[in-house]
Amino acid sequence: MKRILAAMAIMLLATATAHAAGIDETINTATAPIAAWVGKVVFFKIPIFGAQLPLVVLWLVAGAVFFTFYLRFINIRGFKLAIQLVRGDYANPKDAGEVSHFQALATAVSGTVGIGNIGGVAVAVTVGGPGATFWLIMAGFLGMSTKLVECTLGVKYRNENPDGSVSGGPMYYLRKGFAERGMEGFGKFMGTFYAVGIFIGALGIGNMFQSNQAYVQLNHVAGGGLDGLGWLVGLIMAGIVFIVIVGGIKSIARVTEKIVPFMAIFYCFFALIVIFLNASVLPEAIGNIFSGALTGEGVAGGALGALIIGFQRAVFSNEAGIGSASIAHSAVRTKEPVTEGIVSLLEPFIDTIVICTITALVIGTSAVADPNFAGTAKGIAMTSAAFERQFAWFPIPLAFAGVLFAFSTMISWSYYGLKGWTYMFGESMRGQTIYKLIFCAFVALGCVVQLGPILDISDALVFLICVPNILGLYILAPIVRKELESYLARIESGEIKKYKGV
Amino acid sequence: MSNTFLVAVDGSKGSVRAADFATERALASKSNLVLAYVIEWSPYSFHTPEELAERHKRREEEIERAQTTVLEPIAKSVKGKGVKVDVVVNHGHPSETLVDLAKEHGATQIFIGRKGESRVASLLFGSVAGSLVQTSPVPVTVVP
Repeated sequence: MKRILAAMAIMLLATATAHAAGIDETINTATAPIAAWVGKVVFFKIPIFGAQLPLVVLWLVAGAVFFTFYLRFINIRGFKLAIQLVRGDYANPKDAGEVSHFQALATAVSGTVGIGNIGGVAVAVTVGGPGATFWLIMAGFLGMSTKLVECTLGVKYRNENPDGSVSGGPMYYLRKGFAERGMEGFGKFMGTFYAVGIFIGALGIGNMFQSNQAYVQLNHVAGGGLDGLGWLVGLIMAGIVFIVIVGGIKSIARVTEKIVPFMAIFYCFFALIVIFLNASVLPEAIGNIFSGALTGEGVAGGALGALIIGFQRAVFSNEAGIGSASIAHSAVRTKEPVTEGIVSLLEPFIDTIVICTITALVIGTSAVADPNFAGTAKGIAMTSAAFERQFAWFPIPLAFAGVLFAFSTMISWSYYGLKGWTYMFGESMRGQTIYKLIFCAFVALGCVVQLGPILDISDALVFLICVPNILGLYILAPIVRKELESYLARIESGEIKKYKGV
Repeated sequence: MSNTFLVAVDGSKGSVRAADFATERALASKSNLVLAYVIEWSPYSFHTPEELAERHKRREEEIERAQTTVLEPIAKSVKGKGVKVDVVVNHGHPSETLVDLAKEHGATQIFIGRKGESRVASLLFGSVAGSLVQTSPVPVTVVP
């Protein structure tokens, strides 16, 4: 333990000096061309009716539309059942003590509800106009079907380790699913490809981006008082993450996981009050969302431009199609993998359809009431300004919420990355500790380096892994449909009985 | 037909006294005992992904520990006195689970020890015996 601490200290010291010596600039110049190239490949755009459509977004949307039709609007049909499953109506009391549907959902939602729900929506509205909100909601709705498929497969094809713990996620269903179809080599390649991608994504979007945004917000609230102190904030944050993931002090994580849902409710509650206070302009704001969705007035690429931005932001926020949540959901012990899929329908619903929409309405109504409410503020600062119009004190709890969201997202992603790592290098404890140390170092790094190119690479890779993931989903979708229909039929016939709430 | 008594056991001294007392009653009325250990657990709590992945393993460990360190020694001494005894470990809300177990095993009485906590402590943490008395469908004997 002492040795680990020493290693940690050296690593963090190196991080701090790296900043002082301007090494982050060197890193940036070195990685910028790679980032530009990777970005160009992954976000390859095809010009279409004056808009730029990234192929990867088209790939995600096409998947979501296909699964919605293929499973005959399960996102509507299965909604009530999803709530009953989360409530535990169908939970056998003899299985008490195992991971419940509620717990898996709550953990997965903590991983996706984050800065994107507060800041990402503002970005979408700034770039894509109010109409982007409509497409954001649409993408959330369609994404529910993709989530169902990937979470069902995550449970179905997971590995049960000799020590009784489980490892699941896209790398496992890609490998085993393709192998079942006689494409063993291809499946192996896809699984490893996914594992590498989720590992790098975990260090970027799930780590550096989060710690960086947390620092930016703290600094914003402190009125710039933390300028140049990024290394200190980074060290503190890395220290806390270290205590949780390496030290195994689960209580901190548990406290965070407990606070995050309350923060989300608190956030929505005040957002609804702001919308209520802006009620006089609400009809106009909603009207703007619909008219903007169809006309795309003032948006580059018109309606299609708004659509692309809305969809892109939605994917960033709810991660449907990326497969990350499937790793968290796969821990549930159930005889029917499809039940976990049905529960996961609620994830894009909560994340995108509820929380993102509320944020969009806060910004939308503020913009109608006072077109210059945010000044030059963008992203999360814009959302903050919209709240500030009604509650002068709001930026402080908002920053606090943002930091907590960032922290819980880091904890969730540290696990996703770990599963990518153990898939590649095996489940040895030593290897896991090395991974966790790397992860902590990146938390600290996130606060000191300019994020530009490094984040671009990580972003691109996270989008890139949706390519093998969705390909796998297409191939394995018939299995999901069969299990889903069989399960729904058995509920219909009364073969599967409720234990509660009869 | 012989009666079944459910005894709530948690490894505390109070629960050992409850088991002893229930054994006496069982001998006198030719009844059987079911020793029940409830591990407090809520399906609505929040966990990290890593905890979720290890949950199944932990659950087995928890059950194993309750069996070997708490239930088996008590069951052995009860058996030694000539009373037929069953043991059961369940996760869940303590008093609710005890009620469910009593129903499941057709118990006609529940025996439970009490810790004799101060008023403040039981106000803060609640008392299993107290809520069991309020919700049980069968008579409850609280053993001091």
